[in-house]
Formats: sequence, C-alpha cells, structure tokens
Amino acid sequence: MIGALARSFRHGIHPEGHKEDTEHLSVERMPFVDRYVMPLSQHAGAPSRPLVKVGDQVQRAQVIAEPGGFISTTLHSPVTGTVRALGPGHHPGGKLVDAIEIEADPFSTQRLAVGGAIPWRDLTDDEFVEHVQRAGLVGMGGAAFPTHVKYKVPKGKRVRRLLVNGCECEPYLTADHRTMVERPREVLRGIEILATRLAVEETVIGVELNKADAVEALEREIAERLPDPSVRVVPLKVKYPQGAEKMLVEAVYDIEVPAGGLPLDVEILVNNVGTMAALADCFDHGRPLIERIVTVAGPGIERPANLLVPVGTPVRAVLDHCGGLRPETREVVMGGPMMGMPLASLDVPVLKGTSGLLAFTEAEARLANEYTCIRCGRCGEACPQFLNPSRLSRLARAGRYEEMEEYFATDCMECGSCSFACPSGIPVVQLIRVGKQAIREKKAK
Amino acid sequence: MSNLATAAAIMAGLGLFFGTVLALAYRFLRVVEDPRLDVVEEMLPGSNCGACGEPGCRGLAEKLVGGKVLPSKCTVSSPEGIDAIAELLGVDAGEEEKRVARLHCAGGLGRALQVAAYEGHESCRAAHLVGGGGLECSWGCLGLADCEVSCDFDAIGMNTLKLPVVDVEKCTACGDCVDACPRDLFDIQPLSHNLIVQCSAPLAADEARRICKVVCDACGRCAQDAAPGLIRMENNLPIVDYSAGGPAAAEATSRCPTGAIQWVVGGQLAGLAGGGDASRSSHV
Repeated sequence: MIGALARSFRHGIHPEGHKEDTEHLSVERMPFVDRYVMPLSQHAGAPSRPLVKVGDQVQRAQVIAEPGGFISTTLHSPVTGTVRALGPGHHPGGKLVDAIEIEADPFSTQRLAVGGAIPWRDLTDDEFVEHVQRAGLVGMGGAAFPTHVKYKVPKGKRVRRLLVNGCECEPYLTADHRTMVERPREVLRGIEILATRLAVEETVIGVELNKADAVEALEREIAERLPDPSVRVVPLKVKYPQGAEKMLVEAVYDIEVPAGGLPLDVEILVNNVGTMAALADCFDHGRPLIERIVTVAGPGIERPANLLVPVGTPVRAVLDHCGGLRPETREVVMGGPMMGMPLASLDVPVLKGTSGLLAFTEAEARLANEYTCIRCGRCGEACPQFLNPSRLSRLARAGRYEEMEEYFATDCMECGSCSFACPSGIPVVQLIRVGKQAIREKKAK
Repeated sequence: MSNLATAAAIMAGLGLFFGTVLALAYRFLRVVEDPRLDVVEEMLPGSNCGACGEPGCRGLAEKLVGGKVLPSKCTVSSPEGIDAIAELLGVDAGEEEKRVARLHCAGGLGRALQVAAYEGHESCRAAHLVGGGGLECSWGCLGLADCEVSCDFDAIGMNTLKLPVVDVEKCTACGDCVDACPRDLFDIQPLSHNLIVQCSAPLAADEARRICKVVCDACGRCAQDAAPGLIRMENNLPIVDYSAGGPAAAEATSRCPTGAIQWVVGGQLAGLAGGGDASRSSHV
C-alpha cells in the first residue's frame, strides 16, 4: 500500500535485490591482520602526500598522508605498527600506484587514542571544512568523493535542503542498511551537526522500501531524540540507480539537476548515511575514517557477512575471514554488481569507498552472447539520464568519439542500466566508458 | 487589369535588382581558384590520414600549390606519385626522412606477468578501464589490437605474443595508432633512429623484474655505454635524445640485462612472427 504512494525517479531498472543473505546479519568486526596497504589515491581528486618514511612507527589513527590539494584528503594509519614500504602497490583499479605498506605490531593492544569531541558549534566555516578534511572523510556510497569539498559552499550559493542517501540500490549490498538499523543515533547526530552548520531548512532521509526496518529505526530515533519536524524519512520505491545523487533529488523533490551541474545548483546537498555516521564519529569522538562497513556476499562466498573492516586490509584476508571462496568462484567484484570493479588481484586492499566484496560464480559472471542491436529502445527506456545509449555505443565502437560528445556522452554516469536492459547482450555501458575515456584523454591533451 | 500590371512590374523590378546584385557579386567577389589545386588533390592518395600534419589531402594540396611545402611531405604517395606532383608544379620533390611508429613495450604473452583473465569487450581501452585487463604491469601492451583496428594502411599486425608489429614499409607515420593506444605505447620516430626503448614501466630493480621478463629495470648501463649525453635516465627509463649527444651505436644495448633497449634496423620485434588480420574492422 505504501508502495503505491512511494516516490521514485523516471526510467531506471529493477534488478533482483539478492540482499537476503546479509540484510539481517549484524555488523561484526574484522580482526586485525599483519599487513595493511594504504594507496595514496583512494578518493576522487589528487593523491595524498605521504608524511611517513620506511621504518617509522605509527599509531592507529595517526595521520600518515596529508591532502595533495583541496580536492584530496587525509590518510590515517588503520593500525599501530611499522611502515614497511613506500612505493608501487596494487590498487583495485588494476594499476600499480604509490602506497604505504604498514605491518601491524602484534604486541600492540590497538587501542584507539584519539582527541575526543570537537566543539563543532564554535568553529568557523573554514575550520569546520578543515576538520572534515583532516578526518579523511569521503563519500561512503562508493564514489569516495572527499566530503569536505561538498561542505565548502561557494560564495553566492546556499544549501537549503540536506538529502541523506539511504537507498543502497545496488543488489547484494547491505552496508548502508545495517548502518541505518544499528547506528541510527549516529546517522541522526551527523545530520544534526551538518544541518546546524549549513543552516539547512529541511533534511530528508531517502530510504528504499525494501529496508522497512531501517525506516522504522530512523523514525523511532527521530521521534525519541530529535523531535524536529524539519527531519523526516521519505520511503522510496525500489529502483536502480536511485542512489545516484541526481536520481535521488528527482525521486524526492521531482527536481531535475541541470546537465553537467551538481545538486548544489538546485540548493540541495546529498550525503550518504554512512558518511553521516562517520561525521558524527569525527566530531563526537575525534575519530578519523580508518574503518568502514563492507558487505561480503555473493554465491561464491562461504559465509556472507557485514564486516567492519579497517581500511587497507587486503581483500584476500577479508575473504579468508568469511570462510574463503568456493571452488566455483569465477570473479570477485569490489563494490556493487552494477557499478563495481572486477578485481584482477586479491592482494588489493579495501579502500575508503569499498562498500562490498562480491564473489560470483559462472552463472553470474558469464558474458552474455552478443547479437546485433535490434533497435528495440530498451536501453533508452532504462537510461535515467535520458540519453540514447544504443547510438552512443555504436559511435564508441566505431571510434567516433567527437560525435559521442554531441550525444551528451559526458552526462552518462555509467550506472549500467543500459547493459542490463539490452536483450542483445551488447556491452553498452562498457562501450560508452571506452568513449568517455577517449574524450577525457583528448581533453587532457 | 491594373493589379496584374503592378504585380508584373514589381516582379520584373525585383528580378532586375537581384540580377544586378548577383552580376556585381560575380564580378567583384569572385574567388579565383588555382585549377591545379583539384588536379594535385586528385594525385594525392585521398586517405586523409593526417601524417603530413594537415587535416586532409585537400589541406596539403593547398599548401603544395601555394609553394609552402614540397611534395615529399606526403608519406603515403609512391615515389612516382611524388615525382608526378613535383613535375606538375615544377618544383623539387624534396627529401623527407622516413618516419614510422615505434612500440615501447615488448612484454607480450609469456613475458609480462598476468594476474587475471580479462573477459569482456575486446578492446584495449575497455580492458584498460577494468583492472588493466589482468596484466600486472600498468604500463604494458594489453594486446587487444586497438592499434591494429585503427591503422588505415594495414601496417599493424598482431604477432604470436599478442604484440603489434609495425610493417615499416606500409607505415605512413600518420599517428592513428599513437592516439588509439590507451597506454601511449606508440610514438613516431625517424626510421634512422635505431635505439628503441621497448619498455614504459617506470619501475626499478626487483620491483620491475617481478612483473616482466623484458622490462627496463633502470640499471643505467645503456646510458653509460652510449655516447656522452645521448641516453639519460629519467623516471627509471632511458631517454634517447639524439639532439644531446651521439653518434648512436649498437654498443649501448650490449649490456642490457633484459633486452629492453634494442638496436632496431627496419621493423621492431624481428623474429617474432607477425601477421595481419584484415577481418578486424569497425563499423557503425
């Protein structure tokens, strides 16, 4: 009944949720392992600059790298231990990039010694932004965009509405779901801090209807602790990619964010529920972002779980902790099945933006047989950005990248709805990504 | 009756007016085009490859007729074709150094470390975006033949190691493969430049040797053995700078422990069988 009233955006797709394995599992803490790898670029923007040398002793949560620019953030040591190496390390993106390798001290208690609460009400706007950057906060939904950049509202712009993203529309993932169920207090505390600092008029938490317990937990918490009519939970229809900023704005407010623009252009700021909880940890306890919730699931996983994993933990260790991979596993994906990245190596670390580790077998990982495009238009009906994916993919295949720009290729957010919808098994989004990469390369020259 | 007459008069007047304007425009705004322009364009290969640096054959024809460049600027035409153009224009054919595309990687199948199998859209660019296609080396050749597809002259074929082999006879130095490679492994060099660094990985020592059998491990021996200044080490890779020293000699490559720097005469990757696959093509 609520379903009929619930809001959503136009277009999009309905993949099977597959969340049943982990959605009711409480978050457990991943034990410490002996080796951690912290790539210097695990966020959008410039890589961080290392502040430690090989052989340095580091404390848990100690700053080990400073931001390499404004759109960049701080890195903290996930453990107490010793810096063992500084150099090329595996990155989930498949490239060898500069990383700090830390060996955990087996004799340490790994007690977290952090500064305590920060009087956030007394800070100036710039100090507030600086604190968020110093805590290394990035968007926890997956894109890992440095959070403080969003809080630095440019002159002449203002944020009237805070939109908190609890959609988690990717199949299999339940990290945000568990955050809302288990830590509603921190989520609302984060909202309180941010809403006060930015003086927003109202806050909406958008949650998809397949997370009824999360809606209930948040509403109970609002009623008990924050009886404030300006904060409310809005249930949304289950649809992918509702967790994308622009889609969420459309779903909740029926406002279209201009092409090439940001939600800020319509006076809205979108943050993930996990980011809100991390913000509360930062200002209430002085705790930087050194661990995050990762959903480990998929048919290839022996024991699916929601784990609180220190950032930098090798994927292999996380999978081993969950009983290891089943023999029929073909592919391990970091992130969700729609937008996640297949891993070329299990020695890559969990990053700040890693929302899930999914192991797939032949049945899920098999490539569809590809046939010619029959011009059925399903990709166009699926595309939440109202692009023409069929046309774009054919242009990409022919290498006609300039023409792709005329068809607004750069507005594509690579959600993969087109590939999902294609009955001919054409790798539509992959082709568009190729074209977008070529366009980016050309612009950089 | 008078309505008809007025209408006819106005139409006649307008016709006269516009006719005069057109006649004047033809007289004063006329563009005289050199009749040789079309002839020269016709004599050029018409592939619009861009190797000469012009947007297309018409652009080069304009420059040729204008006397700004010499016919040998076109690297696609046969020597006879060049001579014919030179004769038509009454100029010297000129001498252009033969340039070709050179590949800066030799780590194909069985040489470069593979950590995973890539399945998906068969294109280097796509593989490059997805975990580097399972290749451990972030800089090496992915072997999915984007360059071969991009080559309009059928000058690139993939060999048994899945490395592109450039046919120096067919290569026109148009630079399409340079743009096609997502890892920037090609560049255009004069054929007379024999010292070719066949590696692009900015790694050193064990770190480098771990990922590839033919990697440059930045030992610097080539720089020591070459004429002073000719080779300098930069970012763990040798840079051959013909303007800074010389002459270049094959001795520079003799102590290379991995064979990453090669003295190349003619085509690269000699001895590794090539073979074009003309069936690969792209269309919308």
